[in-house]
Parts: sequence; C-alpha cells; structure tokens
Amino acid sequence: MAFLEVRDLAKSFPSPAGVRHVLEGVSLDVDQGEFVSIVGSMGSGKSTLLSLLAGLTAPDAGTVVLDGKPVTGVRNDAAFVFQNYSLLPWFSALENVRLGVRAAFPAASAAEQRTRATEALERVGLGNALDRKPRHLSGGMRQRVSLARAFATEPRVLFLDEPFGALDALTRDALQQDLAQLCAERERPVTTVMITNSVEEAILLSDRIVPIVTGPPSSLGTPIVVDLARPRTLAQLAHDEQATHARAHVVAALTASLQRRGRSSGSGSIPALSTATEPVKASGQA
Amino acid sequence: MTLMKRLINLMLPLCGVAMALAAWWAASLAVPDLPSPVRTWEESKLYILEPLAKRGESDQGILLLAYYSLVRVARGFLLGIVLATPLGFLLGVSPTLTRMFDPIMQVLRPISPLAWLPLGLVLFQKSEPAALFAIAICSMWPTVINTMMGVRAIPQDYWNVAKVLRLSRTTTFTKIIVPATLPYMFTGYRLSLGIAWLVIVASEMLTGTPGVGGFLWQEYNSLVYAHILLAIITIGVVGFALDRLMGLAEARLRAS
Repeated sequence: MAFLEVRDLAKSFPSPAGVRHVLEGVSLDVDQGEFVSIVGSMGSGKSTLLSLLAGLTAPDAGTVVLDGKPVTGVRNDAAFVFQNYSLLPWFSALENVRLGVRAAFPAASAAEQRTRATEALERVGLGNALDRKPRHLSGGMRQRVSLARAFATEPRVLFLDEPFGALDALTRDALQQDLAQLCAERERPVTTVMITNSVEEAILLSDRIVPIVTGPPSSLGTPIVVDLARPRTLAQLAHDEQATHARAHVVAALTASLQRRGRSSGSGSIPALSTATEPVKASGQA
Repeated sequence: MTLMKRLINLMLPLCGVAMALAAWWAASLAVPDLPSPVRTWEESKLYILEPLAKRGESDQGILLLAYYSLVRVARGFLLGIVLATPLGFLLGVSPTLTRMFDPIMQVLRPISPLAWLPLGLVLFQKSEPAALFAIAICSMWPTVINTMMGVRAIPQDYWNVAKVLRLSRTTTFTKIIVPATLPYMFTGYRLSLGIAWLVIVASEMLTGTPGVGGFLWQEYNSLVYAHILLAIITIGVVGFALDRLMGLAEARLRAS
C-alpha cells in the first residue's frame, strides 16, 4: 500500500457559465520518500489538485489516504511552499519561521523553537538575514525563508505549489539546487508532491513525473519514471540520454492532451468552459 | 535656489493667513457686532498670555479650557474605539453579522451629536456621562467600518499561512488578523478622533460644562463676541494638532 493513495478525485466549482468541472477521475500513488512532480499548463487544475491532496479543500468525490489515514484537513506532519512566498510582512525572517516551528512543536521551549528556526534559516544560507523583514529580502531570499519554514517543522510530507514560478531563471536554478539538497539532507525521508509548469524543473528534482491531461475536467496521464543519479545538474541533464527520453515523453503527453482539448473546443462541445488563457488557442483551431 | 524655494514655501501660508485676516477685518467693518481681528486680540490676550490661569469656574486660561475639553474627548473617544474595534473585527470576519447589523449601522451613522445628547441625558441623568455617550456613539463608526474593511482586505495568502501552519484561532487573531488590519484600524482611529472633537463642542454647548465649547456658549450669552472668535480659533488649532499627531502615529506604524 502506497504512502499517499489518491483514488478517483473529482472537484468542480460554480461559475457564471454553469458548473465548472475542474478535475475528474484523478488517481495517484506516491511511495514514502518519493518526489513526484505534477506537470501541466496554467489553468489545468494543478493547484486545485494540490489543495485536495493537502486537505486544504474537500473533494466532491474520491478519497485521499495518507499513511493509512483519510485526509480530512491539513495534517500536522505536512508542510507547504506556495508560489507567492506567503511570508507575513510584519515579521522578520526568523519570526516567520518560528511561527511554523511553534505550531509544529508546541511542547518545545521558546529557546528551543528559536534554535530550530535559526538552524533552518542557516541551512538555506540566510544566517545573516534572520532579523530582516520580507520586504528587505530579494524574491529568491524570500522563497528560501519559505523553504526554511517548511523544513523547520520536519514534515513527513511536503506540498510545493509552483514554488519557484515567480523567480527569474538564475535564482530559480539556485533555489532548485537548495531544495534538492534540503531533501537529500533529511534524516528521515520526506515525501514530496510538487506542482510545476517546467518540465526541466520536474526532471531535475523528481523520481517520477505525472503529466496532467488538460481538461476541463483534467485528469492525470501515465507517470514517467526519472531514474537518474543524484545530485543532478541542469547542465548534465541537457545532454543525458535518459533525461532527453523523459523530457520527450512528458512533452508529448502534455501536447497530446492540449491538442485533444483544442479539437473538442473547436467542435463546440465545451464552448464556455475554457479558461481565460486558452480561448485564443481554441479560436485559432476553429 | 533651495533657500529661495524654502522661503516661498514659508511665505505662501502666511500670505493666506493675511488674506483671511483681511477678509475678517472687512467683514467686521460691515457687521458692527463682529469684532475686528485687533479687537479680538485686545479682548482675548489675557486668556492667551495667561493660558493656565484660573480666575473662576467660567473664567479660565484658554489652554486650561482646551485641556478640559481634551480630557472629555479622550474619554469619549476611548470609550468609542473600545466598543468599535471588536465590533469591527466581528463584522469583518462574519458576513452573517454584517448582514444583520449593517442596516442599523447605516441608520445610526448620520445622526448628529445634537440629537444623541438629549437621549444621553435621559439615559444617564447627568451631563458628563451624556457627553461621553454622545462622543462615543458619534465617533465610533469610522473605526467600525475601517476595521471591518481591513479584516476583509486580508490577502488569501495570509489565510493560507494560518491554514497550513495550523495556527490556533488565538494565534491567527494576534499574529495575522490584528497586524494585517492595524493600518486600516489606525485610519479609523484618526477619523474617529476628528469626529469626537467635532462632537465635544456641541455637547459642551448643550450641557454647559467647562471647556472650549462651554466657554464659547457662555461668552455668546454674555455678549463678549471676541471670545467666540477666540474659542473658534482654539477649536480649529487643537483639532488640527490632534489630526497631525494621529497622522504622525499612523505614518510611523506604516513604516515599521
């Protein structure tokens, strides 16, 4: 039995054009300690899927079982990193991390919580920025604080929602390496589900990549195993045969699902349900 | 160049004041009962030059009178925001409560202090608590509304933080809701204080309690018109100073 078992999830939202079925028939198994990336384009329901897995929102149908227990709310051994930093601007980096530590280790003394938070920030190279407020930190540094906050709680499950999506390319590379290292340094393995729109990022970090079959309603395609030794670097992946193979597979899966969608939109079967980003494509086909 | 600019910046307001004084003086020529600026100064200088003198219950230095009014305003204002702030938070987090109380609020808001005061007198029998009642109930609305808006304006990101960190209700309130709402709350306080200062004069005039407003009404009844002008100017200057102080506090808060 897998550590994280997802069976037949469905989720829809009311919209002005009627009910919008975002996800349907989503099933996924993630083993303990595995790093799985879910790759899809904007508006494909990725973030919705992640909030269902994490218990932030409840599904309309289907089940999520984590470590043998059904997920009904946010678990106390799970941690999150969002795209938009989600740091509180009135707190320093240290206080932001401490807020997470305090919630995860309520029994620990104040000094112990402080030490934990400080160490977490030192691990991401922010030992000299403990007292800086988020607005005095660069985008990359802010997202490092978010990583530190997530890892400081020593989570067993990590949910990453496009964690580096808002960063420039160079910072993104650096943060990806930081994340890989944080995962590798953990004493007990952390099970990670990451949402991303970057195939490269997925190949660099994951054990397995699951492409989204873009709807609506979206579902998941066949997983692609990335069996590459770690640590990986982008430079090395550019020429690696396995990586090229994985890349081709993921891109093919994503393109196929988008084209299918384009055709069905063009034929008028789901005219009003396209998201704001896609109608251009749909009308181009028609 | 910069010195020149600074000089001009200093001169312009003075020019404005001079023109206002000229208009006042012209008006005093047309209306015999209106004292000219010079006469106003002549008749008022005792109050200004000995601002803390206490010659009798109703004959006191202007600062002392302003002080009585300020104490009354402070008490009414504090009472108002002590009621208004929690109410604002409640309405901010609960759409149900908002639906329930919004119509009442919209109806109570435009009621003049002059209308509340008699009700206060009926309720409390004495002028002092009636004045506090009028100040509190008139000045609380900007704070209620701003606090409510502040809570509603909290970005989804912060609520997500509370959710994923599994913060308790208390921690969410103290670490997220209050700090996120604080700037809005302070804008509310500033507006409320302005209203409280408006109300004080009216309530002192009606109840005859010592203070700038009471003084104004009493001097009108004793036909010392110069002192009406003195009281009016004092009210304006003190109100301006209060607003500036709150503005400074607000700016510091936003900068921190």
